[in-house]
Amino acid sequence: MISIDIEKKLKAYKGEQVLKIAAQFANGSITKIYGPSGAGKSTFLKIIAGLIDPEHGKISVDNLVWLDTATKVSLSPQKRKVGFVFQNYALFPNMTVQQHLEYVSDDAQWINQLLVIGKLETFTSHKPEYLSGGQQQRLAILRAIAIRPKLMLMDEPFSALDPKMKSELIPGLKSLWDELGTTVLIVSHNPQELEGLTASEMEINPM
Amino acid sequence: MDLTPIWLTLKLAAIATVILLIIGLPLAYWLSKGRSIAKIILEAIITMPLVLPPSVLGFYLLMAFSPKHGIGEWLHNAFDIQLVFSFKGLILASVIYSMPFMIGPIKSALQQLPLSLSHASYTLGKSERETFIKILLPNIRASVLTAAILTFAHTLGEFGVVLMIGGNIPGVTRVASIAVYDSVENMDYASANAYSLILFGITFIMMVSVFVFNKYKAKSPLE
Repeated sequence: MISIDIEKKLKAYKGEQVLKIAAQFANGSITKIYGPSGAGKSTFLKIIAGLIDPEHGKISVDNLVWLDTATKVSLSPQKRKVGFVFQNYALFPNMTVQQHLEYVSDDAQWINQLLVIGKLETFTSHKPEYLSGGQQQRLAILRAIAIRPKLMLMDEPFSALDPKMKSELIPGLKSLWDELGTTVLIVSHNPQELEGLTASEMEINPM
Repeated sequence: MDLTPIWLTLKLAAIATVILLIIGLPLAYWLSKGRSIAKIILEAIITMPLVLPPSVLGFYLLMAFSPKHGIGEWLHNAFDIQLVFSFKGLILASVIYSMPFMIGPIKSALQQLPLSLSHASYTLGKSERETFIKILLPNIRASVLTAAILTFAHTLGEFGVVLMIGGNIPGVTRVASIAVYDSVENMDYASANAYSLILFGITFIMMVSVFVFNKYKAKSPLE
């Protein structure tokens, strides 16, 4: 069980607004997070990953405290080790597809399995600049899942994929998440983006 | 023509560049992360040699490292090190004088990299050090190369600082730029011309290299 209760001030065009979220996510669940632009959806994911600190709050995962501003506990992103898919992919320009996955895992069989699921097995020697937008996005997803995360945070993860590719990719990912027992939070502004995934929903609205 | 000043200049530039690479990479990385009063002041100090007359910098270094007082006296008494009118002194002066040419391009390149690159590496469990070496550094390779070439070329062209702290000791502190000045003083225009042509040739090749490397540098897929 992942338990989150945080409060963070956000800088907005018209002064400040507050991101205030209290939620719980069951292990192995998939949750779609939606809300208007600038509501703090990406910030919420980064707070969970330990990349941004909130002013107040507590995050615990299976009774392990990741963050508690009252007792000044804050585990580093390295210790939280969530699978994070960034909205801009955040691929490493100096690394090929294969090197991206080898940076994370030395299990060749696991890497091959991921390449097949992402349909990138014929692009292993390509660097990101020679991949299409959809291929880059799939690589970002594969890199995040390569660490076998217990929690996966995905920011608009399927926005560059065509419907056919998406419908082929999602079952493969779902099967991996089930196998790993991964809890998944997916930020998406497109209601149709998560077709084929049974997910509960959570709305984030600025205050 | 005595080629010793040319070799001395190249040796000085090479040593200063290596030292500045070792100091500059971590320093530029630290400066590229966030802002603080300490960082602003340090950055201003590092940048000062760009605008300060070299003779002023040389004068202060001469005063600071004079074996008769202050740090210079302590270094002389405690370690038998004399920086004034020595090659070691030239290295120290060059490191200070050329530092902005090493720090500036590297810091700027690091700041232009998307923050999400290091964030992605951290979430994959990688330390800050490993992220710097395996992700950030390879992606600013062209800028590091540019910084190293500019530092080398700038050190070749030093005159005021070198003259103040090193003087004109043949084989020790008489670098090429001093040799040009000295040859003209002695009405030996042929030697002055030869030294000048060699310096001109070397720096021209270096500047062409900078533009070639910058043209072919790897582009980020995020651009």
